Formats: sequence, structure tokens, C-alpha cells
Amino acid sequence: MSNPRELYQQVILEHNKKPRNFGKLESCTHHAEGHNPLCGDQLELSLIIENGQVQDIKFTGSGCAIDTASASLMTGAVKGKPVAEAEAMAEQFRGMVRGDLEPGAQTPLLGKLTLFSGVKDLPSRVKCAVLPWATLHAALKGEEEASTE
Amino acid sequence: MTTTLHPLDVSAIRKDFSLLSRDFHGKPVVYLDSAVSGQMPLVAIERMAKYEREEHTNVHRGVSTLSQEATDFYEAAREKVRKFIGAGSIKEIVWTRGTTEAINLVAQTYGRMHVKEGDEILLSAMEHHANIVPWQMLAQEKGATIKVIPMTDAGELILGSLDELLTARTKIVGVVHVSNVLGTVNPVKEIIAKAHAKGVPVLVDGAQAVPHLHVDVKDLDADFYAFSGHKLSGPTGIGVLYGKLAHLEAMPPWHGGGNMIRSVSWEKTTYIPAPGKFEAGTPPIAAAIGLGAAIDYLNNLGLDRIAAHEHELLVYATEKLSAIPGLRILGQAKEKASVISFVVEGIHPHDMGSLLDGEGVVVRAGHHCAQPVMARFNVPATTRASFAYFNTREDVDVLVSAVLKAIELFK
Repeated sequence: MSNPRELYQQVILEHNKKPRNFGKLESCTHHAEGHNPLCGDQLELSLIIENGQVQDIKFTGSGCAIDTASASLMTGAVKGKPVAEAEAMAEQFRGMVRGDLEPGAQTPLLGKLTLFSGVKDLPSRVKCAVLPWATLHAALKGEEEASTE
Repeated sequence: MTTTLHPLDVSAIRKDFSLLSRDFHGKPVVYLDSAVSGQMPLVAIERMAKYEREEHTNVHRGVSTLSQEATDFYEAAREKVRKFIGAGSIKEIVWTRGTTEAINLVAQTYGRMHVKEGDEILLSAMEHHANIVPWQMLAQEKGATIKVIPMTDAGELILGSLDELLTARTKIVGVVHVSNVLGTVNPVKEIIAKAHAKGVPVLVDGAQAVPHLHVDVKDLDADFYAFSGHKLSGPTGIGVLYGKLAHLEAMPPWHGGGNMIRSVSWEKTTYIPAPGKFEAGTPPIAAAIGLGAAIDYLNNLGLDRIAAHEHELLVYATEKLSAIPGLRILGQAKEKASVISFVVEGIHPHDMGSLLDGEGVVVRAGHHCAQPVMARFNVPATTRASFAYFNTREDVDVLVSAVLKAIELFK
């Protein structure tokens, strides 16, 4: 197994310290709360979706660095994207950190989000990285709650 | 008194634990997680293996030499437990799967008999979920309420509240002997005396106490005392419920099946006396025998010497960790076992746990199955280091430097 320290790259540390898109959209069209019962991470996503596009997205909550950085990078990555693409990214991201992508499979939509790929070697932290994406998935499906349980 | 004790030969002791010569991520293991599970000495592992290899059968069955021998070993382990906690009779020692099952047993037998609608169950603010949830389930079933003995910011129970909290409706008190999060050693003898003055029995969760303190259930006058084998350098899957014989005799059986009956017919079944009536089915025989061997091992080291060694580590680690800026220790009770929970400003305990893991340091990061304690101190989780008789000051130094490295990384 790789050293957990390798996961804490500068980008992740920096997004943890200064999360982007942090806050709440008052007039949101989509909303969901995510909860990670194992470590108590909590996340609230609010989105404005118009014409099938993610016009704006913000998150609040409290969690570990992996969770916070994942939420920060995710909101930046999906903002301005078509909903279908955001969904496809969520699927690729989950596949990547859970380690259940086909060998040799590409994750072209993820870009710099691939820096989370090391999480797959730390099973106890997979849920932290996935929580924002699971919450996004719930919000897009019109569900109010997501849990990584 | 501790100064007259001959100190433990820790370097010799460490040879009894193979884990301590492993490494994680290229770093030697520093095991500071005995509050999660105590490591088993080789002698206890070997004793269990010998049973499985040469003596394996069932207990309380048949007339074979093999079966009689296994029964003798198994019951000898019960006697070791009796002596270890100062119980009057082996009839008062019930084998369970662990502390959790022991508490559920009491809630589902004694509790169901005595707790009625409108009654109260009094628990302390620092209970593990194991001493909360079984009582909540009972309270829900019966229409009873749970009341809570509050604690100070230092993590000490406010005993003055007992006069008011113990009412004519209180049917049982459940209190943890040593908090798994805060390390607080609660004055259970005093709590029991106060409860008994009002005619209320007390169950003590001793899971974290038995590895550190000399427990004497008669001196405490505990009605019930529950603990687990695996916190006591024994295997998982075995635990103990001590109950005063008068209580156990009056309680109905819990699980039904073989091993707990006197006779069974379609018309009527009768039960054997305690403790057997609470022990339906084939028990974890090797685990019981292994726990007996672990108790022998601890007795050989000497509980007083273990306590003195752990206390020294606690004092040293508290001093070192307290000196780290931004680090806060939860639990500053005057009487503490060798457990230190801490949080560091700006670093989530799970990140701290992962980073310590990267340095070979095994600790627990999380809510420690004590979410009400987390809520009381307004933290989502903590990082917890717990020290055992095989730990050294060097282990503490590795912990401290790993914490400092994590802080540096998060700067």
C-alpha cells in the first residue's frame, strides 16, 4: 500500500485551506445533503441548473481535507458543464477512487481530478473523496439526501 | 507506593508481541491503539492453538476424556476471571461475546423485568454506545425515559447531580468505569453507594477499566460488571458479565437452546441455574481458554506494575502533546487511564489518523462509538492514542514527531 502521506499533495492541501465555491446559493434549483456516517463528514450542495447546464454550484459543510478538497475541485469542474457531462464525471470519479474501472480505462473527463486516484489504495478514505460526488448525484436526481453508507 | 514497584522489563515484554516487529510504509509499528483492542501475547495465542490442535471438542457434553478435559480448561478460565475481578463465586461469571452482549443481556432480562412505563434509566454523559443503545431500545419498548448524569469540561461526572437524578422512578444506573474517549476513571464505588442508598442497582461498563486497574467487584459492590476479552490482551468473541448471584438467579434466561436447559419436553422446559442458563449454544471455548491465559500473563506482569508503567507514559505523553501549539486534549480528569484523545486546529482527526498511519503510528481516529461525548465537546471526532504495558517513551516520541510533521504539512 502506498503511504497515505502521498495523498496530501499541495493541490489538495491548498483546496482544503481555501475551498472554492464555498457557501450556499439562495435561489437554487437543486439541493442535497451528504453524510458520511463513518467519520461524521457533512456536506450541503446547492445548484442552479438552467437549460440542462450547471450554471452555478456551491457547497458548505465540515469534513476532512480529502472531503473538502474533493468538494472544492468538483464544484469547479462541473460548473458550466451540461448535466449529462457532470453525471458522467461523477461516474468516472467514483470508478477511479473505488478502483473498479476496467484495466486501461481512461477518465478523460476528470482532468486534474485524477490526483485523487491514490485514494483507491486507502479504502478507509474512499468515502471521504466520494461524498461530494454522491451528493451531486443525489441533487441531480432530485433526492434530498446522500449517504456513503 | 509505586516507587517500591520493580519496573516492567518492557524490552523483554515486547518480544511477546509479533506485531511490534512489523512495519507499515517502511516504518516500524508504534501500536498506540490498545483501547481499540489489546494485543495478545504469544503465550495466549499458543494456548488457543494448542486447544484447537490437540484438545478440540465441545464442552459439557458426553463422558469422553476429551470432552471432560475441555470442560475443565473452559471452567478453569471462568475461575481465573472470577479471581481476577474479585467475584465471590464462579456462578456469578457469565460468558458473553463481549461487553456489548453482556449489557444487552442485562437490559433484555433484568431490564425487561423491572423497567415499566414512566420509569427512568440513568446513564452517564460519557457512555460508549454499547451502554446507551440497549437501554434506549428497552426504554422505547417500555415507555421509559433515559436520564443523563452530566460532566464538566474537564470530563468528570458531576456527582452532585445524583441526588436529584436518582428518583423513585430510577430502575437502574449504567456507568462506564473508564471512559474510552476521555480516559476518565469514574468514582464508581461512590456512584454505586449513592444509587444503593436509594435502592437502585448499578451496571458498570468495565471494558476500558480491566486492562488498567485492579477491579474488585465486591469492594465496588457493583450489581453488574461487563467487560471484553479482547481489551484485556485476550481474543475477540469472548466477554464477561459479572452479576450478583441474587440478581442472576432472579433473572429469566435470554437466549434459548442447548447447554442452558435441565430438561426439555413439548409441555415444559426447565433451565439450569446461573451462569449456565444465560449460555445457550456452543460457547467460544478456545477464546475462553485464551482469555484465561491472557489473565495469567497479566497477573505475572503484575497489575500494579502495569498501572505504574502506563501512568508514567500518560504523564509523559500529556506533557509532550500539551506543548504542541493548536493541540487540545479532551479529558483532563484528575484520575485518568492511559488514553489521550486530542484534536488539532485545522486538521481533521481522519487526516491526522492517515498521516500518523503513514509514520507507522497506529491510533484511532473517529467518534469512538461515543457520539454524545463528541457532541458534548463540540467536535466531529478525535484522534486517540492509548498506551499499554509494552509501550515506551520512544513510542510517545514517535507519536509527537508524527503529529508535528502533520501540522507542518497542513501549515
